[in-house]
Amino acid sequence: MTLAKRIIPCLDVDRGRVVKGVNFLGIRDAGDPVEVARRYNEQNADEITFLDITASHEARGTTLDMVSRIAGEVFIPLTVGGGIRSCDNIRALLNAGADKVSINTAAVTDPDFVYEAAERFGSQCIVVAIDAKRVSEDDEPPRWEIFTHGGRRPTGLDAVAWSRKMVEYGAGELLVTSMDRDGTREGFDLGVTRAISDAVSVPVIASGGVGNLDHLVAGVKEGGADAVLAASIFHFGEYTIEQAKQHMARHGIEMRL
Amino acid sequence: MTIAIIDYGMGNLHSVAKAIEHVSPDERVTITRDARAIKGASRVVLPGQGAIRDCMGELERTELTGLVKELLLDASKPLLGICVGQQMLMDKSEENGGVRCLGYMPGRVTRFDDTAVDEQGERLKVPHMGWNRVHQHHMHPLWEGIPTGERFYFVHSYFVRVDDDDHAMGYIDYAGSRAHVATGRDAVFAVQFHPEKSADAGLRLLANFVTWSP
Repeated sequence: MTLAKRIIPCLDVDRGRVVKGVNFLGIRDAGDPVEVARRYNEQNADEITFLDITASHEARGTTLDMVSRIAGEVFIPLTVGGGIRSCDNIRALLNAGADKVSINTAAVTDPDFVYEAAERFGSQCIVVAIDAKRVSEDDEPPRWEIFTHGGRRPTGLDAVAWSRKMVEYGAGELLVTSMDRDGTREGFDLGVTRAISDAVSVPVIASGGVGNLDHLVAGVKEGGADAVLAASIFHFGEYTIEQAKQHMARHGIEMRL
Repeated sequence: MTIAIIDYGMGNLHSVAKAIEHVSPDERVTITRDARAIKGASRVVLPGQGAIRDCMGELERTELTGLVKELLLDASKPLLGICVGQQMLMDKSEENGGVRCLGYMPGRVTRFDDTAVDEQGERLKVPHMGWNRVHQHHMHPLWEGIPTGERFYFVHSYFVRVDDDDHAMGYIDYAGSRAHVATGRDAVFAVQFHPEKSADAGLRLLANFVTWSP
């Protein structure tokens, strides 16, 4: 087995600026995504994901410009997510230089959109974001449901069944985020990661809750993830991507070093 | 000198263009479907993404099939196929219920087995997505400065197997199959991975293509 597991740093971007993480330290006030992307590229990141949290429709042009500038100098895969609702959105992002798009809420409100997007652009560039929350009691068999709007709105959809459906509809990869763990630094929800990874044939990215490098190892070994996504442990300068890769490799995980 | 990236409507051509511009700032890189521009270029890139039926169909619809076949036989014009652009050079693909391809290299395109498991019993995911080691099977000017076993970025479910060992330039082993992820014949070199997304190794391969005189 020589296919490497991937580490994907994730940047929250608002109107073309990094808004989370980096600026807290005061190192880079409202960080320039191009600069941050360049740094992660130098640290040997396997891919980079941007979550566009820009609320207004008008400001989307800034995101396209940002993607275009990054694609001009960072030659690793770029995924862009956040607010993608139409094939026109996708086409504009791909033309700007994104390699994949991550579809979230629109997949829940209109599953056919995923089908249409995969038909049109190919499954290889369609990532579906699965935001899951545990809904079972501790003494019950574990069960997770899909939530939208940052984990606030329940949908009643079973996360594992929904994941299978999204793959049938053409998702080429699933980004599985535990809404319970997101931001806690307690580690991934390995149960939901494993349940979904075992249920689908496509690669699964584990996300939400990373606080240290052992969490990344567990995401792959126990969660069965093909890639691990993290934000704050890298933004705050606690660890470099390279350190994380070395750590995972020492635990017997195939990495691109 | 102009490098033409053939735009028949499939795939993310901008990434390819940007990467080639990056390694060859003095060349003119153009994304085009104009037959005269493509004929006039000194080098040509044939990209491809998505389903092969659509790629072959769009090539036909844009009336470029004949031109591409001509280019493949022109030993003075280096051509680089990428991703489905590699698969299209074979006789036939089993994708979409069977699609006849350009027939430049004897070989076929089949799907990875998505029931295969690794040594730890973990299921091997299809699409084959991520960074895998490419073993160089024959020496080739496009491998210059790239060690065998170097990792490149892949994303695909179907892969090429050529019939003639002389055409197999590089391979990976995945999900129980040997995939010829780099193939070459005369002035044509074609890869399944994405050099434009494969960091330094990929840029080196593109730089080698830009200076290659077969």
